[in-house]
Amino acid sequence: MNKKLTVPSRGATVVAGAFVVTLSFAAVAGAETFGFGTTPTEQEIAAIDIDVMSDGRGYPKGSGTVAQGKEVYASKCAACHGENMEGVKEAGGAALIGGRGSIGTPKTKKTVESYWPYASTLFDYTKRAMPFNEPGSLSNDEIYAVSAYILHKANIVDANATMNAETMSKVEMPNKDGFIPDPRPDIFNYR
Amino acid sequence: MTKAENSELTYPDLSKLDIPKDKLELMEGMKDAEKRALMARKAELEECECREGMFPNPVASRRSFFAGAAAAAAAAGSLPMVARAAAPPGAKEFEVPPDPTKEQGRLTNDDGGYGSRSQFEDEVRWRFPTKTKESSWTMTPLAAGMGMITPSGLHFERHHGGIPTINPASHSLIVHGMCDTPKKYSVADLKRFPSDSRINFIECSGNGLTEFKAPYLKTVQGTHGLTSNSEWTGVPLSTILDEVGVKPGAAWILAEGADAAVMTRSVPIDKAWSDAMIAYGQNGEALRPEQGYPIRLVLPGYEGNTHIKWLRRLEISDKPFQTREETSKYTDVVKDGKARQFSFTMEAKSVITFPSGEMKLPGPGFYEITGLAWSGRGRVKDVEVSTDGGKTWHLASLQGPILPICHTRFRFPWMWDGNPALIASRCIDETGYMQPTIASINEVRGVNGHAKFASIYHLNGIMAWAIGADGSVVNAAHKV
Repeated sequence: MNKKLTVPSRGATVVAGAFVVTLSFAAVAGAETFGFGTTPTEQEIAAIDIDVMSDGRGYPKGSGTVAQGKEVYASKCAACHGENMEGVKEAGGAALIGGRGSIGTPKTKKTVESYWPYASTLFDYTKRAMPFNEPGSLSNDEIYAVSAYILHKANIVDANATMNAETMSKVEMPNKDGFIPDPRPDIFNYR
Repeated sequence: MTKAENSELTYPDLSKLDIPKDKLELMEGMKDAEKRALMARKAELEECECREGMFPNPVASRRSFFAGAAAAAAAAGSLPMVARAAAPPGAKEFEVPPDPTKEQGRLTNDDGGYGSRSQFEDEVRWRFPTKTKESSWTMTPLAAGMGMITPSGLHFERHHGGIPTINPASHSLIVHGMCDTPKKYSVADLKRFPSDSRINFIECSGNGLTEFKAPYLKTVQGTHGLTSNSEWTGVPLSTILDEVGVKPGAAWILAEGADAAVMTRSVPIDKAWSDAMIAYGQNGEALRPEQGYPIRLVLPGYEGNTHIKWLRRLEISDKPFQTREETSKYTDVVKDGKARQFSFTMEAKSVITFPSGEMKLPGPGFYEITGLAWSGRGRVKDVEVSTDGGKTWHLASLQGPILPICHTRFRFPWMWDGNPALIASRCIDETGYMQPTIASINEVRGVNGHAKFASIYHLNGIMAWAIGADGSVVNAAHKV
């Protein structure tokens, strides 16, 4: 049985002309796929599916307190981000706190506290890329703990906070309403 | 001005410009990168009779000098060995014969089967002096470019966790999330799919970040070197989406890299269906490691950061993932203090690459003004050039083929009368959008309003160069 297999042309696809391949499908009736590749195991997906979303999806098991986070921060973060999260220019580490209310003023200072709209981004980014000299080395408990400590220093959670999947999901960042969709084109000298 | 002062490179005093501290540091860093390169070039030119030319090349002069000296010394028997400077990056050093017609040249295929550029060509990317060399960027030397293709070795770079070394035999791409059948593809699997090639520019949305407020850097490499143009070959992402079967309600795809930053961006699924590509080829060969080897995402017309390199994972979802790069970075704070997010498309833009900053025209007469134009929304329709500071504009000729979302070379013949002149170009794309002035961008987005230079991204304003009576060429951004 011969079956025509075409690459669908959707939207403004640039594929020039739908190409046509004639293949013999004896086994899988109705299958219009090439079928290359393999099916990843759940473990294979889980091993790299590390993202955390702003609605709370993706947070792993575990937890950490502000007090625990203070220790993690001192040993893993302070060298580049400063003892007081003020940033260390020579190390390339950004300030993490301060600047609240400064966005859009001449003194604009973008930090986790002043600019980041979601706490999930703090967890996600720390897990994937920090610490700079040992990326991906922190345990989930350590990431929860250091997130708790940073959020506490940013006056977002209190000193006895414990962060986990549930409490992280409930954090409201000071600049959560600070973002708008791209409205461009915003200059209309069309011809 | 004394001679000593004259030989120093001076830059505008930023303290008068009321620029927030973090932007100031970025701009000073860009200046340092450019200054270092220009000072090195100036030092070489001190020794070179070529310095008055339009395309001064101290490498060629130095090398012919060495060769001549070596030949003379050898003839005189006075110099057993001549110490030669190392060849420029990408080149190998060979002795220059006094007359190449009087002796055999190098052996065929003695390069091992992969060629290198001439030892007399030394254009290189500059690195922005970030505090770490892992998280940094480099700029393409546009002034030396020809045609529309950027050589792979000169394509600008932006890395957040260095350049990973990835063995393609052990690399895979996992596609999962809101789909019927998650898939894991080896690089070989991806190459089995029907392929496609297109020539597209990739531009960093930070291109031009130093020029928002006033003219600052001196060269086109500094002001515009974060755009490059390559032929990309790979499998259309739409093919892969059909393979895995996208579920209803899917709206975004997370693209993730296998570098130390595990770089991530959320991509609208409409873009994924339309012209996105998983590329494994660049300019006729495999991707360069610094461009994402073995596979990268190409999203034609989108800001460079979204073209995830070293691609390892695509997750289909109903919402954007709000990663660090699409919240705390690559967002534009505008007039009212709000930040524009997901500003993907790089709008119509152009720049004159000859004559451009730090060149010197030897005298009145004929010059071919040339440069590049591009738009993330499609083809370049027209490029107009002004040689009178924007009073009158004239159509430039466009070098074909004129392709969508692709650098387009423009040319404009010009008789320079020797008087000071202000030259500029503007691009009109196929949507009719005309490249605006920097002033009109700032008026809308707020650089001179409340936000005061709060953005460093998405500047596509008109660039101008001022030609002095002595033939010197300087940055005249904001003057047109």
